[in-house]
Amino acid sequence: MDILKFLTAGSVDDGKSTLIGRLLYDTGSVLADQLEAIQKSNRKNDDGTVDLAILTDGLKAEREQGITIDVAYKYFQTEKRKFIIADTPGHIQYTRNMVTGASNADLAIILIDARKGVIEQTIRHSYLVSLLALEHVVVCVNKMDMVDYSEEVFDKIHADYHTLATKLNIKEVTFIPVSALRGDNIVFNSEAMPWYKGKNLLEHLETVPVHEIDSLLPARMAVQWVVRPQTDALHDYRGYAGRVLSGAFKLGDVVKVYPSGTSSKISKLETFDGDLQIAEEGKSITLHLEGEIDISRGDMIGEIERAPIVASQIEADICWMDTRELDTSATYFIQHQSKVTRCKIKEVLYKVNINTLEKVNADTFGLNDIGRVEIKTADELAFDPYEINKRNGGAIIIDSRTNVTVGALMLRAAL
Amino acid sequence: MDYLDQLEAEAIAILREVAGQFEKPALLFSGGKDSITLVRLAEKAFRPGKFPFPLVHVDTGHNFPEVIEFRDKLVEKIGEKLIIGHVQDAIDSGKVIEQKGKNASRNALQTVTLLETIEKNQFDACIGGARRDEEKARAKERIFSVRDEFGQWDPKRQRPELWNTFNGKIHKGENVRVFPISNWTELDVWNYIKRENIEIPSIYYSHEREVIERNGVLMAAHEFLNMDADDIVQTKSVRFRTVGDMTCTAAVESVKTEIDDIILEISQSKISERGARMDDKVSEAAMEDRKKGGYF
Repeated sequence: MDILKFLTAGSVDDGKSTLIGRLLYDTGSVLADQLEAIQKSNRKNDDGTVDLAILTDGLKAEREQGITIDVAYKYFQTEKRKFIIADTPGHIQYTRNMVTGASNADLAIILIDARKGVIEQTIRHSYLVSLLALEHVVVCVNKMDMVDYSEEVFDKIHADYHTLATKLNIKEVTFIPVSALRGDNIVFNSEAMPWYKGKNLLEHLETVPVHEIDSLLPARMAVQWVVRPQTDALHDYRGYAGRVLSGAFKLGDVVKVYPSGTSSKISKLETFDGDLQIAEEGKSITLHLEGEIDISRGDMIGEIERAPIVASQIEADICWMDTRELDTSATYFIQHQSKVTRCKIKEVLYKVNINTLEKVNADTFGLNDIGRVEIKTADELAFDPYEINKRNGGAIIIDSRTNVTVGALMLRAAL
Repeated sequence: MDYLDQLEAEAIAILREVAGQFEKPALLFSGGKDSITLVRLAEKAFRPGKFPFPLVHVDTGHNFPEVIEFRDKLVEKIGEKLIIGHVQDAIDSGKVIEQKGKNASRNALQTVTLLETIEKNQFDACIGGARRDEEKARAKERIFSVRDEFGQWDPKRQRPELWNTFNGKIHKGENVRVFPISNWTELDVWNYIKRENIEIPSIYYSHEREVIERNGVLMAAHEFLNMDADDIVQTKSVRFRTVGDMTCTAAVESVKTEIDDIILEISQSKISERGARMDDKVSEAAMEDRKKGGYF
């Protein structure tokens, strides 16, 4: 059994909460005490059935102030998989929320109202999915019950979306006609749509391949912590603790430490449960190198053949996440993996109108703005272009006055 | 990678970020299964080195004796430092007033002692075993959750948390609560305890105990619990699903003494874990309100 992390993109009007509620309800993930609370509620659907959207209801603070707080995580599991849903509600701060949710997701469900088809919002959601380079997209054409379960309506949306996906370079898209309200094709196959021969949503989520070790990606590990017991027995012990971000390290591999460029041979791949011959993507390990090398937190260990880009002048896409505008004269912190250094966002190259996908001129960025910038960092970063290896291509911008995370960066190239 | 391996690797990475980003972190240890799991994860993150933080226990004075005994044995076994903050001290000095009445509990009083212990030791990060599947306020909390000088959680001012990049930058006086097992469910924790063969306090397994039935749940009959003539003491075979104060932790009837049976029982249970916590039954937003007040 493995884990699938997915996010749902859509507004309340598209039936997003109902879809999540339906998934939880029909997989038996709602427990008696939670169910009791729902049944007690006055909120019912028109036909008197319980309103499953209640399962995703927010906090008191949200209800009182009519706001939504970025991402809520929900959990359920079947015999095949454990699922983590990033539920990103809200209209106003939607871009910020969705970028946050998408950064940790393997798959996105994009909801389209069958009556409305591909609209501006669909373009916006799909653009973000492509920007964050999610591997899998599922388009759920919802509210099929409102269009008489019409195959033609579904086919039209299928064709329209295909055009959009091609334009955005989204490679893998699966289309499923559903009614979250009635439960059609969510966990149970729909009897009302015999013309649909594909998998229902849950079947698809259970079987879509994820976390297959991508051997094509270069080996990378950011050093998080240097283990030095400094006891008599372990006087010379020196281990570099970190998580394999991508690729795999093998015992005896000759690797380089970036940005310094020093090379050495892996003498041990240690874990609490015993030493490894090979440490693959995702594993937290303690790596040992031959000889005495000066390595500290923030350094990147990587293979020599496919070296990361080491640079301090970087071009990147940015999503601005703060109400305070970007100040191109201010000094910010940039955090890339375990490395934190100062930076300036020197130049705004363009802003993207995410409803029309046009690039427009801009001097600065406000909340939820997305575009391309040039960055100068105090220390060099060792990164991969986000579109090639997103596990080592993302970074955050931190306001040095407030310490708040104000921007998400997809690093693209050295300048 | 297997799901437990994925969860484990993520939690280890989070613990190492705490070590790397903070000056004086601490691991909040309650003696419950979640914090015991954290101890195992810390061993995996830092051995053969020492933990870069002490264990901190906020002792209400109303803990199960089995749990205190377990705590002391564990600390001795792993050879790490334990700091204890006593709620009794806050009561004695008049900083807090003990609740009265039948449902009196020291659970809410813990917050004061927790904040005092943080201040006294100048902890800048406190690692806790809370999980997002427990409660809806927790479902919205970040893995690195910034608290102000008063320990308050402000759900509206949370930092966006992207990729596996955790921003632990804070101003002096603020601190961060860190939740490495945020993405674990109750069942994941049990399955991990089984896989890793982790020892847990005996009260998690079924045993004979004197209990009373109150508000539809079974409570351990003990001097800490305010009882009156209406309370009928009976002996039942029970186990505990969560471990908190004796006054707010309800037992479930069970004859299961093997971990496999308990895992099966939990996976088939129709009541959520915190359904056995009196502290959450107070109101719809009980947890949210306590977190805003500094509760972990």
